[in-house]
Amino acid sequence: MVIGGLMNIDKDLVAAMATPLVLAILVEGTSYGYAILKRVRELSSGELEWTDGMLYPLLHRLERLGYIHAEWGVSPEGRRRRYYEITEAGHAQLTEQRRQWDTATRTLGGLWGLALPVARA
Amino acid sequence: MSMDSVEQQIDQWRAAVLRGRAVDGGDADELEGHLREQIEDLESAGLSGEEAFLIAVKRLGEVDLITAEFAREHSDRLWKQLAMSHADESERRPMLTMLGFATATAVLIQVARLLAGFPGPSSAWFVRDLSLFVLPVLAAYFAVVRGMPWRPAVGLAGAVAVLGVAVNVFPFAPGSSTDMLVAIHLPIALWFVVGVAYVGGDVRSAARRMDFIRFTGEWAIYYALIALGGGVLLGLTSLVLTPIAPGAIPEVMTWVVPSGAAGAVVVAAWLVEEKKSVIENLAPVLTAIFTPLFAVMLLVSAIGYLAAGIGLDFDRDLLTVFDVLLLVVVGLVVYGISARDTNRPPGVMDVLRLVAVIAAVVLDVLVLGSMLARVGEFGFTANRVAALGLNVVLLVNLVVTAWLIARLLMGKAPAVRIERWQTGYLPVFAAWVLVVVLVVPPLFGFA
Repeated sequence: MVIGGLMNIDKDLVAAMATPLVLAILVEGTSYGYAILKRVRELSSGELEWTDGMLYPLLHRLERLGYIHAEWGVSPEGRRRRYYEITEAGHAQLTEQRRQWDTATRTLGGLWGLALPVARA
Repeated sequence: MSMDSVEQQIDQWRAAVLRGRAVDGGDADELEGHLREQIEDLESAGLSGEEAFLIAVKRLGEVDLITAEFAREHSDRLWKQLAMSHADESERRPMLTMLGFATATAVLIQVARLLAGFPGPSSAWFVRDLSLFVLPVLAAYFAVVRGMPWRPAVGLAGAVAVLGVAVNVFPFAPGSSTDMLVAIHLPIALWFVVGVAYVGGDVRSAARRMDFIRFTGEWAIYYALIALGGGVLLGLTSLVLTPIAPGAIPEVMTWVVPSGAAGAVVVAAWLVEEKKSVIENLAPVLTAIFTPLFAVMLLVSAIGYLAAGIGLDFDRDLLTVFDVLLLVVVGLVVYGISARDTNRPPGVMDVLRLVAVIAAVVLDVLVLGSMLARVGEFGFTANRVAALGLNVVLLVNLVVTAWLIARLLMGKAPAVRIERWQTGYLPVFAAWVLVVVLVVPPLFGFA
């Protein structure tokens, strides 16, 4: 970690992380675009640089693939807002992605001396 | 006052977002909501309205990049709304390019006609090669318009050359059925060549393949409309000429009809591309009208066939009729699905599609079964192999389609699966057509 500065994460890596990250956040509960991004910032302590606007095409793609379900609702301030909810297919997809990430992190961890538990689906 | 200017800026930003053609009102609402919430958060952290707006906009990213990403995800919307975006001064050039290619094919077909002495006794090759003078020109037009890279373009030209040489070195017996089969299947093989050029060589992309399927439907409709207009023009021409020069009418027709029909192929393709916004997609509209009607017709026929059983003396050409029927059903499903809002829950139309597909499959299995049971009696001819092969290819497609629609109705699979299946199946069709053009004739001794 670069102390005092932003750690630069490779663009491709961010793109690869995007789907599992969004799905995992939605597992915590139904949410909407701005809140999802806030959660990403919070989780990565602001180290994950993400162009906010790109989240929406991603959400629409996940919806088209049937991983999440979207519904228009109203925010407490009375603004129109699209809420996203993870579907069963989304859960399955997340499990699969998690398996792959576990393998990747365990492999690298083996080299770098990180001890990662073997995750179960 | 500062609040007002921020409101104005938000409005301008929203307008810029909406200029992206794949962004609809809902998307803009969503993005605007995001922007406003971000601004509020920043303001509560002590920033001024102006500052908050600037930072929030920056965080959302460049409008062009966002709308481009939306376009990638919603290429179907792009297809529906592609307004004639190019400014007036640049509007001429695509039209001139189109006219150039349309003229090229019109001239090419006349040269070939004169060489073949058509209409005349020695013009069998002209009829067989007809599509070779037209569709490669259309493919070239797309290769140019799409700015296709050299390598795939040369590859395509090579494929056309192989097809062209093969069908002309084959020693077809005069009036043979393999000759007929090639004359029918060669245009379809070349249409796939057009398809590769249409997608600019990007054949792997399911979305681009779907675009080509949509293009094919719209092109057929435009071509039929142009042909209707052309028919009226020719009819009136002959009526007008009758009193003064009745002898000139056939002469005029042999010049005008081939060139007009060839040129219209390119013009129709250009119209589909250019006028997407002028007429809302027609193929899905026609599909919506005919899906219920075909569903009823197929259901009644299936019940009829099941009740009556297939008589012993059914026509051997019945299989060809069923090939056409299955093809129509595949078309209804594909164009119905292509216009379907992928995020909508399944509805009545999906049920009707399922009914149509299942009824068609049942009917076809009945006919195919009784056909195969007596294959020894009939024997295999080139025609029968071609009809049987196409039948199997279509049947497999429809059985899987029925399964996918059923899963869609049960909420177990998204509609996109059906689209993927159809786009993924295109190479199977192409392969089968190639077999009929290149393998079947030698297999049956060009009889």
